[in-house]
Amino acid sequence: MNTQMPIKQTFTEESLKKQFRLSEFLAEKIISSVAFLSIAIIFLIFIFVFKESLPLFSFGSDAKAKTEINATTEAKPETYGAEPTEELKPESYGAEPTEELKPESYGDTPKEDLKPETYGSEPVSQEDLKPEAYGDTPKEDLTVASADETMDAVSENQEGADKTWSTFFTTEWVPVSENPRFGLLALLFGTLKVTIIAMLIAGPLAVLAALYTSCFASKRVKEIIKPIIEMLAAFPSVVIGFFALMVLATFFQDVFGYESRLNAFIGGVAMALAAIPIIYTISEDALAAVPKTYTEASLALGASKWQTAFFVVLPAATPGIFAALLLGVGRVFGETMIALMATGNAALSSLNPFESVRTFAATIGSEMAETVFGDTHYSVLFFIGSLLFIFSFALNAVAEFYVKGKLLKKFQGK
Amino acid sequence: MKDIKIKVNDLSLYYGEKKALNEITMDIPANKVTALIGPSGCGKSTFLRCINRMNDLMPSVSITGKMLVEGVDIYDRNVDVVNIRKKIGMVFQKSNPFPKSIYENVAYGPRINGIKDKTQLDEIVETSLRQAAIWDELKDRLDDSALGLSGGQQQRLCIGRTLAVSPDIILMDEPASALDPISTSKIEELIHQLKEQYTIIIVTHNMQQAARTSDHTAFFYMGELIEMGKTNSIFTKPVQKQTEDYITGRFG
Repeated sequence: MNTQMPIKQTFTEESLKKQFRLSEFLAEKIISSVAFLSIAIIFLIFIFVFKESLPLFSFGSDAKAKTEINATTEAKPETYGAEPTEELKPESYGAEPTEELKPESYGDTPKEDLKPETYGSEPVSQEDLKPEAYGDTPKEDLTVASADETMDAVSENQEGADKTWSTFFTTEWVPVSENPRFGLLALLFGTLKVTIIAMLIAGPLAVLAALYTSCFASKRVKEIIKPIIEMLAAFPSVVIGFFALMVLATFFQDVFGYESRLNAFIGGVAMALAAIPIIYTISEDALAAVPKTYTEASLALGASKWQTAFFVVLPAATPGIFAALLLGVGRVFGETMIALMATGNAALSSLNPFESVRTFAATIGSEMAETVFGDTHYSVLFFIGSLLFIFSFALNAVAEFYVKGKLLKKFQGK
Repeated sequence: MKDIKIKVNDLSLYYGEKKALNEITMDIPANKVTALIGPSGCGKSTFLRCINRMNDLMPSVSITGKMLVEGVDIYDRNVDVVNIRKKIGMVFQKSNPFPKSIYENVAYGPRINGIKDKTQLDEIVETSLRQAAIWDELKDRLDDSALGLSGGQQQRLCIGRTLAVSPDIILMDEPASALDPISTSKIEELIHQLKEQYTIIIVTHNMQQAARTSDHTAFFYMGELIEMGKTNSIFTKPVQKQTEDYITGRFG
């Protein structure tokens, strides 16, 4: 039949010799180096962010070296010149400053009672207030500056680091004052609150929408819905923030009648708008990838469409949906613009979802431009940056290795 | 003996414009195994899927004619397709257990039918798996994922899953085509046992399998039912020339 083979098949050592394929080798190397490069870049970003927050970790002897570096730049003496005011602080810290200070700012009753008073009028006057806060104090700092303060700064900075750390676990975020307090707990609380609200809204909505498009919608409806929701992902967050600021805030205030116009709930709703397309797209892909045979098997057993969708398709797509939700959390957690515009930016920690909050990302976004290079405040902001990084990393790691395995076991057997 | 379970009258099926089944008329006896044979693309699987209306899932399919199951036309407007499928179970060519535990796979059917009682579910799972002749192999690992089973075990699990909703009729679409000879013989044995309680319709490419397992055989060709009769007579003295050619392997 096949009298003429196009290639002569001979099994000599010559024909079987190892060949070096340059193009394949290069392609492989390029691809792998790109992959490693991206890992390296992520790592480097973290390093650089974390490096800027290092002064915070300079307890004791390290402080010397660092302040010397600071002393080389001209701006620093000014910054540290502000510290004469800090001479007062050791006194106040000896006697648990935070408690002493709170009475001044908030009165002596528990925080929940106070916030409405203090911040009730705030949404309106917020913009007015901030300029005061940021306008006054730095100026004072600068005026008190004196030239040969550096040696003092060294000693003071040591205490400064310790002090800063001790304020981290309070709930007051007053970064610019004579007695700065960096209460990260309030920010963490605010961030978590907004994230939870946003995910409570976005998660079910997006997953159910994905379930609808992949299991129920006709082909034509699907072709309309999917691109439209995905288009929402391309919306700049500043636009969503603006929408929340102008439309949602007013609307929900009319509906619920709470006091502060911009609050965690509004921020959560707006961030949900940002997160929904991401969660939707990836969930939809995961649901669509569930083999048709599962659906058929379920239907052949006499299950209705809903039963099939909820008890077979949805559990089968759990890993993908979980990944989608994680990405959504990541998006909300790091979302800056919407948080800045819609959450009210007051570092309160109350459980009421209609109180203003201040998130990590919004704090960095709003204060980075106002702070002095090398200042404690500056370091703290970068420290927050590293925290954001660590949190999302930890969240993903925990989810990947622990929760996912458990979920899989629950829905898909061992 | 002459109980007719399914009566098919002039059933035609179209994929869009294309006619895939042409005026099929046949009677399928109760508590017997009926084999559908024929070359690939002859419409036997399509016909099988008509019996529990799985073709409804494809949007472009339209069907004319009557399919009477115990006297009820299942394509009637007032018939709920979900209830039909509860009565008419189906085992697919490729074993398709859900990505759940073995227990959950079997309990799924009863559960969606509203059985919540744990002991009752346990009972159903056990009897179904016993009927599917796989209980002894699986009883100690009911919580393991069904995807970890071998192909033959998966297929028998799927049969057990179908039995768990206690159907009248079981449709099998080449249930052993992807299995090794040992698993195949187990499935065939199983079919043999099941026919006492169920009406079984099986599509197969394997002539010997049809001869071994079935009581009646229907030969399909190009969307038409060429011949149907007792398996013995079809395989020994077919009436139609095409049937003879196909059975003896002189086809295509």
